[in-house]
Amino acid sequence: MKNVRTAFISGLLASTVLAAPVFAMGNVPEGVTLADDQTFTYRVLDEHSSVDPQIVEDVSGAEIVRDLFEGLMSQDEMGNLVPGVATGFEASDDKTVYTFTLRDDARWSDGTRVTANDFVFAWQRAVDPATASPYAWYMEITSIENAAEIIAGEAEPSTLGVRAIDDLTLEVTLSAPLPYFAQMTTHSTLFPSPSWVIEEHGAEWTRPENIVSNGAYVLTEHNLAERSVRERNKMYWDNDNTIIEKVVSLVINDENVALTRYLAGELDRTEVPAGQFPRLSEEYPEEAISFPRLCNYYYTFNLTEDGPEAFQDARVRKALALAVDRKVIVENVLAGGQTEAYTFTPVSVAEFEPPLPEFAAKTQAEKDAMAKELLAEAGYGPDNPLSFNMIYNTSEAHKKIAVAMSQMWKQKLGVETELGNMEWKVFLEERGNQNFELARGAWCGDYNEASTFLDLLTTPSGYNDGKFSNAMVDDLMTEARTADDAGTLYAKVEEIIAEEMPIIPIYHYAGVYMMDSDVGNWPVNNVEQNWYSKNLYKIAE
Amino acid sequence: MFAYSLRRILGSVPTILLLIIASFFLMQVAPGGPFTSERPLPPAVLANLEARYGLDQPLWKQLWDYLTNIVFHFDFGPSFKFKDRDVNDIIASGLPISLTYGLLSFLAATTVGVSLGIAAALKHNSWIDYTAVSLGIAAQALPNFIMGPILILTFTLYLGWLPGGGWNGGQWQYLIMPVIALSTSYMGSIARITRSSMLEVLNSNYIRTARAKGLPDGLVIWRHALKPTLLPVISYLGPVFVYVLTGSVFVDLYFSTGGLGQSYVNSALSRDYSVLLGVTILYGVLTVAVNLLTDLAYAWFDPKIRY
Repeated sequence: MKNVRTAFISGLLASTVLAAPVFAMGNVPEGVTLADDQTFTYRVLDEHSSVDPQIVEDVSGAEIVRDLFEGLMSQDEMGNLVPGVATGFEASDDKTVYTFTLRDDARWSDGTRVTANDFVFAWQRAVDPATASPYAWYMEITSIENAAEIIAGEAEPSTLGVRAIDDLTLEVTLSAPLPYFAQMTTHSTLFPSPSWVIEEHGAEWTRPENIVSNGAYVLTEHNLAERSVRERNKMYWDNDNTIIEKVVSLVINDENVALTRYLAGELDRTEVPAGQFPRLSEEYPEEAISFPRLCNYYYTFNLTEDGPEAFQDARVRKALALAVDRKVIVENVLAGGQTEAYTFTPVSVAEFEPPLPEFAAKTQAEKDAMAKELLAEAGYGPDNPLSFNMIYNTSEAHKKIAVAMSQMWKQKLGVETELGNMEWKVFLEERGNQNFELARGAWCGDYNEASTFLDLLTTPSGYNDGKFSNAMVDDLMTEARTADDAGTLYAKVEEIIAEEMPIIPIYHYAGVYMMDSDVGNWPVNNVEQNWYSKNLYKIAE
Repeated sequence: MFAYSLRRILGSVPTILLLIIASFFLMQVAPGGPFTSERPLPPAVLANLEARYGLDQPLWKQLWDYLTNIVFHFDFGPSFKFKDRDVNDIIASGLPISLTYGLLSFLAATTVGVSLGIAAALKHNSWIDYTAVSLGIAAQALPNFIMGPILILTFTLYLGWLPGGGWNGGQWQYLIMPVIALSTSYMGSIARITRSSMLEVLNSNYIRTARAKGLPDGLVIWRHALKPTLLPVISYLGPVFVYVLTGSVFVDLYFSTGGLGQSYVNSALSRDYSVLLGVTILYGVLTVAVNLLTDLAYAWFDPKIRY
């Protein structure tokens, strides 16, 4: 995984330049006049689960945590790694020992120094069964020594492979080589937490009146299911370069209400409801924005004995995949800048270009002809029509896509489908227990590397609900973990997927927002959408 | 009356208990649990979580622990989703908001509704009557999920007068639209009930007697007609009161008020068992209490009723 390593180094080099006091004020280009009111207000769909770095499990919570706390490394606008609390790191040749050097001016919001021990405490806390963190699995995939054993209750949290050599040096020992470990430290589970505050207040330490944090912001107000407010942290080491004074997140469940409130000027950012992007980008060309996201959208075949017999035949799976006119779905149904998908890994992934299968370049008519042929070969046609059910979770957009797909199959191949719409938790339960024939699936990368997607189709993956099992894929993915050129191996995996078609890739996500044109420096090029309020600014209108 | 109230309160204990038990088991029947997630948790993590919240215990034990905690400690347990909150906190933060909207809507619906109804009845078959009746019917035909969007589009988007939602510490600008949305249809019903009831009362013999003996009109209405007119209204107000408190689910969601309705719906969707159960019990107790109050109010309005 040489490529990834180079990315780190170049990221580090870039960051040293950024950290140097060349610019007087953060990232503001010359000639931009800043607005007097530096408040950024945005909409979130649901109340966040927590702002405890080791507990938080949802995107909106992680967004707040990234502002309140700072990990060893952070990301810049492009998604490159830049120093956070750590000024840099060294990895041993075999990529199993990482040594991070911490900056000496990092402070908690109560003035206490941020030390390596705060990370040791936090990481041990994340794996401690007593914490019962829903994100403990993340610690497992970091391969830190003994993480899995501690989570299972077979070892003491103190045996975790992380130690503070001194106040400013943190040493991490991994049980398996992991070239992208430093990148994983940008995730909230690996952020530090203040032991003295947690010991004093217990689970309530994250309330505004108790919380102590080390990021660019502190939590000042939280009204459950209504709003949460964070304001500049004066103790933050890079406070001089922070421009946004106050960040307000408003919980608005209904996306159309959110859009109305955005248009009325109450919000600086909100999501665009499915299908409304063309109209909005015409009316508000400056504000309606769309950019690629590191997420895929697909349908998975149930390949177990519980699934239909027809799906055991790769020709049937391929025929169905070919007959889906992705252009219609992307351009007419969603219409928000999403891209047609022919590979499982989104094309926006770093350091890897997923190889397009041969059929992707053909016209839809040619694909349809191929599909008919394949289905006939498999023995399905007017005399023996194929029929199955497909399930998706409740959402207007999912429904529209499912209806479009079933119509395409009916018209082109004479396939009968029964659509099943399920509430989220019911859907997860049914799909997880293989009580389906064809089911919707989607995944957003946990880190910007192809394995976060391709691992899902390996035999032991917990998310492989279709139970696709291919020894070649498993071997290739294991090999890729330590290989110098993982890209070639990933390409082979994608080729197998295109041949076997255990899933039907439909489209790759786009972030589709209404963003007030006075918001500066939104990281549209960060495909993981890890944004930091400290890098934003508001421009005078 | 005291003995009656005591009997009613004691009698409601089994009702509430039954509500708790039924809700408890119904919740378990719904597929999925609080920790079902898109990324299935490793078994060890799941076991840790279940142990922490007592979900690894047999159901009867969970129910018993739950009940004893409520009775002896008034503790409704921790939220499964919001790790730094327990159910008491969630209710404490949402209930005042819901109560504020509920009470204001109730007051608005009652005062405007009753006044409209009385005005219509007194000026029977005049333009006032027709206007009031049309207003009443129109209001009744506008449930809150229609009023919400109309209000937001008008006052937030087109006119830009009012914020489109939120609570913001309960500032008055944030209260207006939710209260209108919540009270309009009840106001319509109350106006119509009051009007027909008043018309009936005005045609009754004792009103004719009162008028015949020369009492001024205002006094007839104030002293003799009002109380009996309000009797059917009262029996309607009991349920309305509960509806505006619990029926604010839509308003809470649509106007993102942070009220209890939001926690109620979201806890059901995320299988946050303890929050769902806690709010259900709260709504149950409120319903029972308001029904009792309504029954007691009858005695004041109608001298024929004695407990």
